[in-house]
Amino acid sequence: MAKFTLHVNGNEQTVDVDPATPVLWVLREHLDLPGTKYGCGIGQCGACTVHVEGAAMRSCSLPVSSIGDRPITTIEGLSEHGTHPVQQAWLDHDVPQCGYCQAGQIMSASALLSHTPDPSDADIDAALQGNLCRCGTYLRIRSAVKSAARSANS
Amino acid sequence: MPDEWFDINAYLKIGDNGVVTIMSPNPEFGQNIKTSMPMIVAEELDVDWNNVIVEQAPFDTTKYTRQFAGGSASIRSSYDGLRLAGATARHMLRQAAADAWQLPLAEITTAAGMVHHAASGQSASYGTLASAAAGVSVPEEVELKNVRDFGIIGTSRKNVEAKNIITGKPLFGIDYRRDGMLIAMIAHPPAFGMKLKSFDGAAAEKMPGINKVFSIETFPRGFEKGLFDTVSFTELVAVVGETTWQVMQAKQVLEVEWEPITDVVETMNIFGNIRENRIPGGLESTEEHERRMEQESGSGTRVSRRDGDPEAAFARAAQVIERTYTAPFLAHNCMEPMNFFAHFTDEKLEMAGPLQAPEFTESTLAARFDLPKEKIDIHLTRMGGGFGRRAYGHYLVEAALISQQAQAPIKLIYTREDDMTCGIYRPSYHATYRAALDEAGKLIGLHVKAGGVPESPLFANRFPAGAVDHYLAEEWSVDSNISIGAFRAPRSNFMSGAEQAFLDEVAEAAGKDPIDFRLELLQRARENPVGENNDYDAARYAGVLELVREKSDWDNTPAGASRGVSAYFCHNTYVAQVLDLTVTDGKPTVDRVSCAVDCGIVINPDAATNMAEGAIVDGVGNALYGQLTFRDGVPDQQNFDDYRMIRIGEAPRSIDVHFVRNEESPTGMGEPPFPPVFGAVANALYRATGERHYRQPFLGERELLG
Ligand code: FES
Ligand code: FES
Repeated sequence: MAKFTLHVNGNEQTVDVDPATPVLWVLREHLDLPGTKYGCGIGQCGACTVHVEGAAMRSCSLPVSSIGDRPITTIEGLSEHGTHPVQQAWLDHDVPQCGYCQAGQIMSASALLSHTPDPSDADIDAALQGNLCRCGTYLRIRSAVKSAARSANS
Repeated sequence: MPDEWFDINAYLKIGDNGVVTIMSPNPEFGQNIKTSMPMIVAEELDVDWNNVIVEQAPFDTTKYTRQFAGGSASIRSSYDGLRLAGATARHMLRQAAADAWQLPLAEITTAAGMVHHAASGQSASYGTLASAAAGVSVPEEVELKNVRDFGIIGTSRKNVEAKNIITGKPLFGIDYRRDGMLIAMIAHPPAFGMKLKSFDGAAAEKMPGINKVFSIETFPRGFEKGLFDTVSFTELVAVVGETTWQVMQAKQVLEVEWEPITDVVETMNIFGNIRENRIPGGLESTEEHERRMEQESGSGTRVSRRDGDPEAAFARAAQVIERTYTAPFLAHNCMEPMNFFAHFTDEKLEMAGPLQAPEFTESTLAARFDLPKEKIDIHLTRMGGGFGRRAYGHYLVEAALISQQAQAPIKLIYTREDDMTCGIYRPSYHATYRAALDEAGKLIGLHVKAGGVPESPLFANRFPAGAVDHYLAEEWSVDSNISIGAFRAPRSNFMSGAEQAFLDEVAEAAGKDPIDFRLELLQRARENPVGENNDYDAARYAGVLELVREKSDWDNTPAGASRGVSAYFCHNTYVAQVLDLTVTDGKPTVDRVSCAVDCGIVINPDAATNMAEGAIVDGVGNALYGQLTFRDGVPDQQNFDDYRMIRIGEAPRSIDVHFVRNEESPTGMGEPPFPPVFGAVANALYRATGERHYRQPFLGERELLG
């Protein structure tokens, strides 16, 4: 066990865990942030996507010891009241079915828009190729990402 | 929020400020009944949807019927009851106003949460009348709205849970927490056909955070299993500890020995019918399955339907076409792996988590633990997908056993690998179709022979039965120790693809347009059906084909694209699809899918469209990539690195969904749009490549066709 001070959603929090513990489980079980989901544990499904210094990363494959003082943002911290343009677009397009994958999708999409404000279909597909949606909401995801880009740019 | 709530009935309560809480009785796994069921109540109640709050109803068989997610039947079987719940409440509100104003009930009308009396100009809100209405005696008969006056049903309403989903609220079973709760995981045999021999948990118990390691027996020998008590591995090793990561680590140092099973006979009690089920020993492989299916298909079959004289028709045919179709096992792969919370105390068994069939599982728990049902409390959380998988509640029994033995509240979590390798799969199937055509290219005989490991997928009375004079349907099956379960449109999800690909080939041999060919058969079935018990309405079937022909502009295939058509009827809903694809350097891209649906009255059109889109994506994915294969009982695919799932880049570029407008009672949307996709993909691929595809998945791990 070892102590780590993490910067999550603008707060500093210290946890005492095995250094190999993936950030996913630290968030879910030590910091009471269960919005980030477990789907595969091997970086293949994207359900656990968070931002580390603004970049989309798979938290299941990030040992807590690798984070240092880089800031982490989770779905709970993306916006205060669910008002991020990507979240709003998700509501406008009524994207979710079961909803389990959607936090990961939103985190990947918002990271994409932060560096590619006007993404093409190919950009969207490439950025979200790592996020599985078993319910098959991919078409709505594509449309929602485009609307989010439009509203953020207008 | 109101200061006070008044319970009107099990489905709704009204606040003194006019806000209405409507209970959504059925388990929610993405089909969005949490929105559409309350919409039906709100319609008859005549309330403004913006004043409605939706809550998940508790699992309670005394208040609600059929709290079950399956068979695409949530809306179909609850529609009348939900209307009645709303209409009864509306009647009681009107009665309360009539009493207060001393006016005849017949003169009291309602609109958007208000009660009115036109002649006197009096009005009152539901909120002010709620208290009095709660005391009105429940009427024996109430009038329902004319469907033409619907103002909520048939209009798109947003998913009531969307905001919670997109902000990451803890909605799912895996998010469930309780003070003092421990985490549990199980180790099950690595191969079907194996069982627990012995284990040594000493090393695991020494790992940090680990509380206990022990074995559990889900169902002891002789336990009478019900319909949804399927499970392959009944003896498991459980590891209990403080956190998921710690338990995962401890599982890795667990020392377990497994041994082969010999033939097992289990007792099944299917609604009072006791029968024995033999499960063979042995370590099975996909190659062996395929060989056995080939063999069985050629011999021991059972006749399920015979019309006319099929043998004679085939003997005199000018042309006979015979084709065989196969499909592999599939894993459900719900995004949220199996999990459940359990707290077993002397007073009661308390459980919470994702489950499709609580009523069945409650009976199983009662029998397994010898508990009266009143002592079992199952709280239903939102499910991260189900697709049939979560109807099989063995994981609740496991969680309860673990809590009992650990003497603590626990949450059992399956790793993705545990989830993918523990069974309850879509079976592997095989079907041979033969068609007899006369000189003029008319279909005079059809013969279907279908089977699988371990069940037959045949529906003997479905189309084209009833449309062909001489028809023979036979089936067979091969025993297996790999467990299977319902998977989105069970059996239909294979038969549709085989049948619709075959009809495409027959149409071509007959020199006919594939839609015209189907419509001619349906016309025959409508005007002069062959035999009885034809499980479809030929006019509605033809209706979706005609609608998709129009909406896809069938006669004008876009330049460069290749199109395939398919239509199927299952779970009371008719669906036809036209799928356009292009193949570039061996890589298929689905450009567009047009989908026509007849599910009667559409409750929530945009949500129904979402279901159809998802089912189409799911179908394209499974047609092209989905497979679970075995070697010596071990699944070759154990996580998403080798189980290929459709991803965003492979999803269709566009999908348009069209509903037949009618006033038929509503039927389901969860399953019906899924089965036709397989045939549409196969038929479009043929037009693109000149090659017919008989074996699913059409691509598998390969990136390119050919
Ligand atoms: S849980 Fe991290 S990618 Fe699947
Ligand atoms: S909405 Fe269910 S997995 Fe994406």
